[in-house]
Amino acid sequence: MTDTIPTGKAVTRDALRQVGRPLVRTDAVGKAVGKTMYVGDHVMQGMLHARVLRSPIASARLTRLDVSKARALDRVACVLTADDLERPLIAVDIPGQTGRARLETDQQVLVRDRVRYHGEPLALIAAETVEIAEEAMRLIEFDLEPIPGVYNPEDALQPGAPIVQGTDNVVAAQKIVKGDIEKGFREADRIIENTFQTQFVEHAFLEPEVGLGWVDENNIINLRASTQVIENFRFIADAIGVPHNRVRVRASLVGGGFGGKEDVTMECYIALLVKHTGRPIRLEFTREDSLMGHGKRHPFTMTYRTGVKADGTITALEVRLIADAGAYVFLSPYVLLYAAIAAPGPYRVDNLLIDGRAVATNNMYTSAFRGFGAAQAAVAYEQQMDEIAMELGIDRIELRRRNYLRSGDTISSNYPIESAVWTEECVDRAWAALGEPTEATGHLRIGRGVAAYQQSYGRITYLHDTSQAWVGVEIDGSVTVRSGVTDIGAGQVSALGQIAAEVLGVDLDDVAIYNSDSAVTPLAGTTTATRALYMTGNAVKVAAEALRGRLIERAAKSLGVASDGIDIADGTVFAIDDPGISMPFHELVKLSAADGIHCSELAIFRAPFSDGLDPETGEGQVHPDYVFGAHAIEVAVDVETGEVSILKSVAAHDVGRAINPTAVEGQIEGGAAQGQGFALSEEMIYEEGRLITPSFSEYLIPTSMDVPKVESIILESGTGLGPFGAKGIGEPALTPVAPAIANAVTDAIGVRVKELPITPEKIVAALHAEPT
Amino acid sequence: MNGMTVRVRVNSEPREWSVASNDLLLNVLRGEEELTGTKYGCGIGECGACTVLVDGQPVLSCLTLATSLDGRDVVTIEGIADEGQLHPVQESFLECAALQCGFCTPGMIMMSSALLSQVPNPSEEDVRHFLRGCLCRCTGYAAIVRAVLAAADKANPDAEGPQCAEHVSTEASR
Repeated sequence: MTDTIPTGKAVTRDALRQVGRPLVRTDAVGKAVGKTMYVGDHVMQGMLHARVLRSPIASARLTRLDVSKARALDRVACVLTADDLERPLIAVDIPGQTGRARLETDQQVLVRDRVRYHGEPLALIAAETVEIAEEAMRLIEFDLEPIPGVYNPEDALQPGAPIVQGTDNVVAAQKIVKGDIEKGFREADRIIENTFQTQFVEHAFLEPEVGLGWVDENNIINLRASTQVIENFRFIADAIGVPHNRVRVRASLVGGGFGGKEDVTMECYIALLVKHTGRPIRLEFTREDSLMGHGKRHPFTMTYRTGVKADGTITALEVRLIADAGAYVFLSPYVLLYAAIAAPGPYRVDNLLIDGRAVATNNMYTSAFRGFGAAQAAVAYEQQMDEIAMELGIDRIELRRRNYLRSGDTISSNYPIESAVWTEECVDRAWAALGEPTEATGHLRIGRGVAAYQQSYGRITYLHDTSQAWVGVEIDGSVTVRSGVTDIGAGQVSALGQIAAEVLGVDLDDVAIYNSDSAVTPLAGTTTATRALYMTGNAVKVAAEALRGRLIERAAKSLGVASDGIDIADGTVFAIDDPGISMPFHELVKLSAADGIHCSELAIFRAPFSDGLDPETGEGQVHPDYVFGAHAIEVAVDVETGEVSILKSVAAHDVGRAINPTAVEGQIEGGAAQGQGFALSEEMIYEEGRLITPSFSEYLIPTSMDVPKVESIILESGTGLGPFGAKGIGEPALTPVAPAIANAVTDAIGVRVKELPITPEKIVAALHAEPT
Repeated sequence: MNGMTVRVRVNSEPREWSVASNDLLLNVLRGEEELTGTKYGCGIGECGACTVLVDGQPVLSCLTLATSLDGRDVVTIEGIADEGQLHPVQESFLECAALQCGFCTPGMIMMSSALLSQVPNPSEEDVRHFLRGCLCRCTGYAAIVRAVLAAADKANPDAEGPQCAEHVSTEASR
């Protein structure tokens, strides 16, 4: 077991054999032939099918709940209500982290007497078939007495407003203070203020949440779950009242997550039904269940007041953030923190005041979603930069150039960035790649916009994040990797294989990766926060390097060459200066094993550990490091219909190191599509808390006809904290896209729609509101 | 399991189903046939994940009654490879990294194969238009479009086509 910081000699681009190559991912073939077993593809003998009965209104008292007819229905195995639960509340702590308490309000597993959001679960049903379970649902009788709720943060903050839970609707507050804000505003030649608004957004992963649970022969509660976090076994165990070591979660390959499968969703329902029936339970959310059953992206109202000199240099920035936390706290305090930290954007601001609050309402609860508050902040800070440029009559890119954060500068919390900050290069390259402007014709207006960003990778440092991986070599020379990391589609697992292959001198095809089993694979932590490659990639590298060191030392004896003169490649161990002195890799492994040398290694990688932030100023380290980059967009806006077409889309990101360039490109292209939806068409609409967009015909995600080609400029500074100098791309791929689109639309039509999504209706209204 | 007999070919194998009048093709394929490659994404025909071919035409199996399959030919993702040789669309999806989480992939591949059998030489616009009913949340469709065009090129001896694997480059220096 090792826990050192990875060293290993510095590698140049040319020396890498596996890392940096666009290899076909280890999970790809199974997916292309339909053989991959997703959670929902597993069946078990005697399994029951479950359904969740949900509240049809958002704010109510449950005065009656009668499940007797449902229970009496033939072939119904079990109906559970809050009365049947020993532990009716679940303290959903930060997924996957090490037991540190957080400010939060417990969530009900099933409603006892108070409904707080539309869709809150009232009862669980398990029956022999889905049809019978649905029939049983219809036989459940209940009375709900509506009680006044609040449906936006502004109302929730009014004195006398209905309280959603506890004593106060402010569930989290975050302040960041830097420098002297009054002095900064005094030094300004102009002060520019704008308010930007973002909406509830849905993850819309193609695979709805699904799980299959059963009790095995050792009385262990097993769960196959479509989740980003197998560490949730702890909360499942707590919910059903068993020790943590008696719950096993396997995630296999997940059909998309984006943060929506980070919190516990259906796992506790399944575990409870398993415990009560003793039989295997399958629960597959309908798409409607999914749209109603997991937290959304926080809507943010962001007021920016920026003081600038006449040349555009920022002297002061005051930001007010209000986030809609919905009915339960979940990850709201952390989303707010990320938004506050990111609020200035990748710019140097010496005098800063950020005041943020997350406010409870009776809307759907909000939680993790790619970007995690920093994506919403980017929508504000990059539009604010364009507004400042236009007010001062300065070129938008030049304005940014005068304010970029550089390596060594400090971020909002007064902590320095030590890695490369290539924002300027990324903006310039992306902008230049738009090429010649498209000519406007008819009622189309052409516009261009760019957005730069700062996005963290790795989790909050005061959470003391760790990740584990085990690497071993078999006596035939094949390599095994075991790690808990879940693969939610970005190739998280395959990247680990590439790293192990690189270090041990084998091909990716020689590596088998066993992942996502909380009982058997070392826990790697969540697949969230752009951390999997950084954390688990490092753990794999550390483990593989330790193992390699031992094997090479043994090889030195056999080959009669010093250890530092030996390399491994293509299944052969050889002397670098005289490759004829060699032996097959598998033979080296056999010899090592025979000598009792440990032919495997379990490593733990630790992110930087920091203390909490200063409670007054928010000062301190928050994240291990940040990714910087930009996205440039050219649009055509039809001024008669308000329709926006994206003509050109260029991304430029410094990812540190691209372990698999096609995987990086895939993330960039996917992030561009998701960002486009965020900007132009996606909105979960709650009316008096009731979701009125519960399907894909009402919640509009981009189709193949909407998303253009995306050019990906992938830069590698090699300065990241991840393996081989990697940073990350998962969230960064999304963050600059929506603000770039908003800036391009504004450039096209000459007026800014400050609320996302920028729909055709809003564009037409904005154009008609303009004085002629 | 009651009632109606349906005689159908599934991936070239003759099958006989006994189904209820309201059994859905998607559920019969994933259940009785144990062909779990076809996916449930929404159940109401809005996402395309359940797409299969019936008599060569793409259909949404979540909206198709099993009883309507009598005398017909169904092909699923498990059936488009030919004796271990991947279908050109499948090959291209792998070469072009046109899948990430993979959940939309079976439907996307089935729809793409239907396109190429109808329009052997589609333009990019043709591809985007034909696939508009298959939603993807991971890839942004770009690699999928490249893959379908590459697959079309495979059948065309003169085409040069995009070399997907060489498509991406990175830069280490400023």
